[in-house]
Amino acid sequence: MKSVSLSIDGKKITAKEGTKILRAALENDIYIANLCAIKDKAEPNAACRLCFVEIEGEEEPVTACTREATDGMVVNTRGERALELARTGFELLMASHPVDCANCPANGVCELQKIAKHIGGKLKTKRFRQLLRELPIDDSNPLFTYDPNKCVLCGRCVWVCRQRKETALLGFAHRGFKRVVTTFAGEPIGAERCLDCSACVEVCPTRALAFKGGEKGLGYRGWVV
Amino acid sequence: MKAAERAAVADAFKEIKERAESRWRELWHNKPVIMVGTATCGRAAGALEVLQTFRDEVKKRNLDCPVIEVGCMGHCYAEPLVIISKPGYPPICYGYVNPVIAERLLKEFVLGDNPCPEFVIGALEENDIVPSFTDFPRAQYEQKIILKNCGHTDPTEIDHYIAGGGYSALAKALEMTPEDIVDEVKKSGLRGRGGAGFPAGLKWEYCRNTRGRPKYIICNADEGDPGAFMDRSILESDPHSVIEGMIIAGYATGARYGYIYVRAEYPLAVERTQIALTQAKKFRLLGNHILGSSFNFDIILFQGSGAFVCGEATAMAASIEGKPGTPRARPPRMTTEGLFGKPTVVNNVKTLAFVPPIIRNGAGWLKSTGTKESSGTAVFALAGKIVNTGLVEVPMGTTLRQIIYEVGSGIPGGKRFRAVQIGGPSGGCLPEPALDLPVDFDSLRDAGAMMGSGGMVVLDEDDCMVEIARYFLEFTQRESCGKCTFCRLGTKQMLEVLNDFTLGQGKIEDIDSLERLAEEVKAGSLCGLGQTAPNPILTTLRYFREEYEEHILMGRCPALMCRQLIAYYILPDKCERSCDACVGSCTVEAISANKKRIKVIDQEKCVKCGTCLAACPPQYNAVVKLSPPSEVPKK
Repeated sequence: MKSVSLSIDGKKITAKEGTKILRAALENDIYIANLCAIKDKAEPNAACRLCFVEIEGEEEPVTACTREATDGMVVNTRGERALELARTGFELLMASHPVDCANCPANGVCELQKIAKHIGGKLKTKRFRQLLRELPIDDSNPLFTYDPNKCVLCGRCVWVCRQRKETALLGFAHRGFKRVVTTFAGEPIGAERCLDCSACVEVCPTRALAFKGGEKGLGYRGWVV
Repeated sequence: MKAAERAAVADAFKEIKERAESRWRELWHNKPVIMVGTATCGRAAGALEVLQTFRDEVKKRNLDCPVIEVGCMGHCYAEPLVIISKPGYPPICYGYVNPVIAERLLKEFVLGDNPCPEFVIGALEENDIVPSFTDFPRAQYEQKIILKNCGHTDPTEIDHYIAGGGYSALAKALEMTPEDIVDEVKKSGLRGRGGAGFPAGLKWEYCRNTRGRPKYIICNADEGDPGAFMDRSILESDPHSVIEGMIIAGYATGARYGYIYVRAEYPLAVERTQIALTQAKKFRLLGNHILGSSFNFDIILFQGSGAFVCGEATAMAASIEGKPGTPRARPPRMTTEGLFGKPTVVNNVKTLAFVPPIIRNGAGWLKSTGTKESSGTAVFALAGKIVNTGLVEVPMGTTLRQIIYEVGSGIPGGKRFRAVQIGGPSGGCLPEPALDLPVDFDSLRDAGAMMGSGGMVVLDEDDCMVEIARYFLEFTQRESCGKCTFCRLGTKQMLEVLNDFTLGQGKIEDIDSLERLAEEVKAGSLCGLGQTAPNPILTTLRYFREEYEEHILMGRCPALMCRQLIAYYILPDKCERSCDACVGSCTVEAISANKKRIKVIDQEKCVKCGTCLAACPPQYNAVVKLSPPSEVPKK
């Protein structure tokens, strides 16, 4: 396999041909804000729209998860235009996220907090109006709870659950603003089909899926699902 | 292809063509023929009753007079339309036909000698008896290429299509090399009619040059824009032209299968396309060994279930694969990794319908019509506040003014033009000064709108531009699949702001922040739906910003459309004492007569339904709308 050399934020990096910029950056300890990226999934979700970067010679920012690294490419993850777009996307998410960090199990390990810090985004939006969905919390599983209100629809839990083809439980339902992660026909998440493997909990960046007894030593695994 | 195979193809097609031509001649031989337009536009106006009347009368009198169903002639404003062709007369088109008129036409024209000029829309040929379509001002601008057969042949009869030259392009194509066909389409300058205007030949070439089998052709008939009905009409009126285009596309790109992705909400298009596919298969124009050659190609009709986003190519592929119809990031292009991961060409209905005439007449022929960068014609569905609603086909480069005022005969009721909405929810609203813009892919994009699939909605002085923007945003917001952040949440936020504006709420700064968010949703969204959803906002802000400001600063809707910002008022000078029409019409008993018998509206009770305005006799015209509501004089 051929490799390519590129520079990200001034750091020289070599990556396998065909690698996406996001992966090349994360594997070299350069953080780019992301919620929906999954290391082992070939096709990017490209759903969260936070990993915008600037590429020298290109006018518009691009999402790092969809663009392949090429030889000689010069990437800037701190460009103002890219960060501005990422901040808007982030603020849109936060405008529909019930922000109550002090009483949230994710406090301190929450990916949203990390992103806010990294891109200078706001946890409490001033720019947009708060549009909450006020969906019921599912408490039926013995191991974890599911609070759809905190969900940012990154799709990591759906993907990891779907790796168990026979027993997969999670999926998306509804369109637009009403889109939600749910089970078939909306049956309780503690239903018999769930193997209680709790893989979905470990990959949730916001603790919309959270262990009932706290973290249990299984910290958030980030994009390495 | 070997010489022997070429000869076999030529022979096979000759046989089919001769039989079709003899059947066609037989149909017209020495007898009258009645053609009833029964596309959806005709049916909505009662064409099936008219058809039944003709059939009953013909049967009752035992006449040798075929009554056939045809598609849409484009004059949808005058539906139901009927063409009667009688020896000794030119074929004559009648409009607004109902069963009573149908009976008269049969008695007086088919059986008698009176062509009933009072019902005539126009004759199809110049003559000395009745006015013909060529005398219409619109004839000067219209040029029909892909709508040529629409309304003049029976879409369920493959022979009609073949007798008119149909499938000869396929026979010719099979004698050419695939590379030559791709070249021909490239040279013709044909650009994708789905809206974006990507060169069709280039797309075919990408697919052809990509390894991976089987390859697919998808015909995108998931037309979902409010006010657009071009693709539906073509599939209902001339499905074989699309099928022939697809088969040629299949041969040129090396594809084995084709899918026609059509909305299930188009039942007649589904039915007629399915009939056409079955016939093409029977005639060996489709399936294995097409026309005796070594080329195999099959087409499957796939019904989409009404998700607007499935018009996006990657979402469409997901939908056909049985997955939820959500888009994915591109690249990889569809021509590299498309349906089932294989190289796929997705072309719009109209793009494919252009292919047979290009192959028949050569690339230069299409190039000679239209503009340098956009060759050929553009098909528009005229709708909204326009006299001649319906389908038009004009060369690219025709101005909007010509289309609206000459072809469409302008705005009804002497109202003033306000804007024209082009390209549906992805397009934009253009104002009066833009009317002299030549219509082609690039000039419309520069103006902030886009060709879209071809919906053209004309708006007059009674249409509020803020409400129009809100309407389209509501549509895209509802149709957003919800996968990506900007489209799912950005459109929702924008809709909330617009809702406030139409209620006269919001702050003046909100206009700027709305514009900023619109630009960011455009830049940040994953697929075409989100990237174009802000266009109605951006264009109305660009051209009609003062209307937004009036809503917010003065609580006034200049078009008197936003209900919360208007009040109904009865002008005392004009109100007629002896008339009670408005009192009786009011649904909430808000109108009463005062001591002088002048009617007065109780603004507290009024729900602003507008029935009093409609009920007030035109000779008085006493009911008016006022905005803002504080304009209503106090007692």
